[in-house]
Amino acid sequence: MGLLFSFFTVVALVLMVLIGVKAAHLHYLFGVIIPYMAFLAFIAGIVYRVVQWGRIPVPFRIPTTAGQEKSLPWIKQNKIDNPSTSLGVIIRMALEVLLFRSLFRNTRTELRDGPKISYGSTKWLWAAGLAFHWTFLIILMRHFRLFLDPVPLPIAIMESLDGFFQVGAPVLYLTDLIFLGAVTFLFLRRVIIPQVRYISLAADFFPLFLIGAIGTSGVLMRYFLKTDVVGIKELTIGLATFSPTVPQGIGTIFYVHLFLVSALFVYIPMSKLMHLAGVFLSPTRNLANTNRAVMHVNPWNYPVKVHTYAEYEDDFREKMKAAGLPVEKE
Amino acid sequence: MANPKPEELAKIDLTPHKTGWMETPTVFKKGMFCYGNKPKSLETVGFPNVRSWSVLDEDWKLPENWQEIFIEGLRERVDKYRSFRLFLDICVRCGACADKCHYFIGSGDPKNMPVLRAELLRSVYRKYCTTSGRVMGKIAGARELTVDVLKEIWYYAYQCSECRRCSLFCPYGIDTAEITILARELLNLLGLNIDWVAGPVAACWKTGNHLGLQPHTIKDTFDMFVDDIETYTGIRVNPTFNRKGAEILFVVPSGSMFADPGTYTLMGELLLFHELGLDYTWSTFASEGGDFGFFTSNEMAKRLHNKIYEEARRLKVKWIMGGECGHMWRVWHQYHNTWFGPTDYLEEPVSPITGTKFENTKSNKTVHICEFTADLIKNGKLNLDPSRNDDLVVTYHDSCNTSRGMGILEEPRYIINSVCKNFHEMPPQTIKEQTFCCGSGSGLNASENIELRLRGGLPRANAVKHVAQKYGVNMLACICAIDRAALPPLMDYWVPGVRVTGVHEMVANALVCKGEKKRTVNLRGEPLPGMEGE
Repeated sequence: MGLLFSFFTVVALVLMVLIGVKAAHLHYLFGVIIPYMAFLAFIAGIVYRVVQWGRIPVPFRIPTTAGQEKSLPWIKQNKIDNPSTSLGVIIRMALEVLLFRSLFRNTRTELRDGPKISYGSTKWLWAAGLAFHWTFLIILMRHFRLFLDPVPLPIAIMESLDGFFQVGAPVLYLTDLIFLGAVTFLFLRRVIIPQVRYISLAADFFPLFLIGAIGTSGVLMRYFLKTDVVGIKELTIGLATFSPTVPQGIGTIFYVHLFLVSALFVYIPMSKLMHLAGVFLSPTRNLANTNRAVMHVNPWNYPVKVHTYAEYEDDFREKMKAAGLPVEKE
Repeated sequence: MANPKPEELAKIDLTPHKTGWMETPTVFKKGMFCYGNKPKSLETVGFPNVRSWSVLDEDWKLPENWQEIFIEGLRERVDKYRSFRLFLDICVRCGACADKCHYFIGSGDPKNMPVLRAELLRSVYRKYCTTSGRVMGKIAGARELTVDVLKEIWYYAYQCSECRRCSLFCPYGIDTAEITILARELLNLLGLNIDWVAGPVAACWKTGNHLGLQPHTIKDTFDMFVDDIETYTGIRVNPTFNRKGAEILFVVPSGSMFADPGTYTLMGELLLFHELGLDYTWSTFASEGGDFGFFTSNEMAKRLHNKIYEEARRLKVKWIMGGECGHMWRVWHQYHNTWFGPTDYLEEPVSPITGTKFENTKSNKTVHICEFTADLIKNGKLNLDPSRNDDLVVTYHDSCNTSRGMGILEEPRYIINSVCKNFHEMPPQTIKEQTFCCGSGSGLNASENIELRLRGGLPRANAVKHVAQKYGVNMLACICAIDRAALPPLMDYWVPGVRVTGVHEMVANALVCKGEKKRTVNLRGEPLPGMEGE
C-alpha cells in the first residue's frame, strides 16, 4: 500500500506541473513563487526541528561504547569508538557522517541446520548508501553553477572531474549514473529483502520515488530533451539575486524538475529525511565516554523518595544486633 | 512445561508473514512472556494501579483514563529525553538492525526486529505527537492506541533485554534500549510490570537487595562461605559488615550471595581481599549492586541506588568498589554520577596495594573489580599459579552492558589470561562490542518465559558451541550475575558440558595465598588438576 501510494503521489506531483505549466501557463507560480516558498519552508522547517531537538535536554551520558574504554594507562584505549576526549568524539562523528562507519560494520546473519549461525560481512547497504549520499551532494554542488556567475573555480573543477570520461554530448556526468543506480538499488532492496519490505512505510518509498524522479527529470533535461540552458540560468540567477524573471521557452521538463525539488524541500523537515541533521545530535554517538571521570549534569534531576538507612535499621535492628552487626541506635 | 528439543526450537524462519505488521494481531505465546506483577510489589514502592491481574486475562484492569495517562506520559518524556524524541523521529528503516537482535535471530518474530519493536511505539508517537500522523493516520505510519496496541507494546517491551547491540549497527546510533526503557516506564504508569522485575524492586526497597536477604541472613550466608573457604584452602577469611572507617565499600550483585556459580565468584573475592589485607567492608544495607529499578523507570532506579552513596557516606569510606555484574555497571557507569554527584565526601580512588590512581573514575569514585585486579596483576602483587586451572579450556562472554555501555573489554581478558593457560575467543562478531546477550537480561531471567530465554540465548550459545567443538572449550567465563544465573541452563540446553564461571572464581583458584594448606580442591570443592586422587 505504501509503495503504490507513494508512487502515485509522485505521479500526481508531475501531473500538477504538466497541467499547471502546459495547460494553465502558470510559469511564474511554478518558476518563482513555489520555489521561493519551498526554500523558505525548508530553511524554516530545518531550523524549527533542530531547535526543537536542541531544546530537549540530554539527561544522561549514554554513548554506545564500541571499543575499549580509557581505564588503566597500560590498557590500549580505542580512542575513536570509545572516545574520552572531544577530539575523539569529533573523529567518531566525522567517520559516522562522512563514511557511515556504523553501517560499515553491518553483518548478515545466516542460520543453517545444526543449528549453525554465521555472520558474514555485508557492505552493499553501506556502499549504496555512501554512493547515494555523496553523489547527491556533488550533484547539488554542481547546481551552484546555475546560481553563481561567474562559476567558482572549485565547482568548475568538480564538473570537469565528474565528466572525466568525456562521453557523449553534453558530457556524461559519472555522478548522474551512480546516483540513479544507487537510488534504484535502495529501492530494489526495500522491495526484495522480505524483512526490509515488511518494515517499509509510505514514508520510506515516497522519498525514493521523489528523489528518483528528480534525478530522472534532471537527466532527461540534460541529455535527452531540449531545454534552453541560457533561459534556465537567467531564471535561476534571477531567483538567487531576488530579481526573478521567467524567460519564455524553457521546456516543461525543467518545471517538473524544479517542482519536484521544491516538493523535496518542503518534505524534508517533516520527515525521516531529517536524519541529515539528527545524526549530529545522537547522544549515543556524540558524547565522550567520560561518565565516571566528569559529572554529567541532568537539568531536570530531582530528589526522589528513598528508603533511608535509618528506616532500614528500624526494620531490622533486633535481627542485626542478634547477628552481631553494628547498629547506630542501640 | 516441557521445552521443545533443541533441534525443534532451532527451526526458525526469519521471513516475515504476508500480512502487514499493523494488521497482524499479536498472539501471546506461553513461554515467551513473564507473569504480570503482583499487587504487593507495586504497593511497596507506591506505584499506581495496584490490583491483581493476569497477562492472559482479557481485562488488564487498566485505569479509566489509561490512554490519557500513557499519551501524556509519552509527551512528557519526548520533551525530557533528546535521545527518545530523536530516535522516534529519525529512523529511516534501513533494516541494518533487523538481524542484529538475539531475540529476532532466535525467534524469527518480525516484531523482534529492533526497528519494528521501536515502530510499535513510534506509530503511537506519530498519532499523538506529530502533525502528519494526526492528519494522515495509517499512511503516515500512525495508529490509535487501543488496548491491543498497548498489550503488544507490553509483550515486546519485555522481549527486549536492552542490550544495545542494534544501536552499534545503526547509522544514527538509535538505541532500542532507550526506547524499551521509556516504553516500560510508560507501562509502569499503568501498573503493567512483570513480576520478575517488580518483585525484586520491592524486595530491594525494603532489604537493600533484590533477593530480599535480611541482614542476619546475609551474615549467615557469609559464615557458610567463610567455612567453605577454610575447608578448601585452610585460610579463614574474616569479612566485616557495615564497618565504619573502612577504606573501601565493596558492593556486589546479591545473586552472588545466593546461587551457584555466582557464590564461587563471591568466595573468590573474599579470598583475594583477605590475601591482600584490604581494608574494606561489606554492607547489608547497600547489599545490591544491580538495579532492577532500571528495568522499571529511571526514577525507580535512582530510588534504589541512593543507598550505595548514603552508606558510603555513613561508613565514611574513601571510595567504592563494585563486583562482577552487567547492568549494574551500566547504571553505575552511565547514571550514578548524574544522579548522585558530586560525591565530594569520597576520595579519588587509589589502590592501597599498588598506589595506582584510577583516573578514569576520579569524579564518581567507583572502581570495577576487574580494573582493580588487572592493576594488581600488572604490578606483580599476586602470586598466581595458572596451572591450577589447567582443567579448564576457557572462553569469555562479554556482558552487553559492560561492553556497549562502558567498554571494559581488555581488563577481564588480561586477568583470565593471567590465571589460566587455555583461553580461546569466540568469533569476533559475537564478542566485545558485538557481543550477544545471554538472552535473559533486563529482568527477563524468570522461569515462565524459558522459551524466550532459550531462543534469545541461541546466538550466544551457538558461538560457544563453535569454540567448544573447535578447541574443546568447557568453561564460559563472564562478569555478570544475570549471566551466571542464565548461562548454565542455556549451556545445558544448547551446549551440554560447558560450565559457567565468574572471573574472580578463577583468580582465587589460581591465587597462591600466604599460609594456605596444600590446595587440592577448587572453590567448588572439586579436585584441582592432578589432585584427583588426593
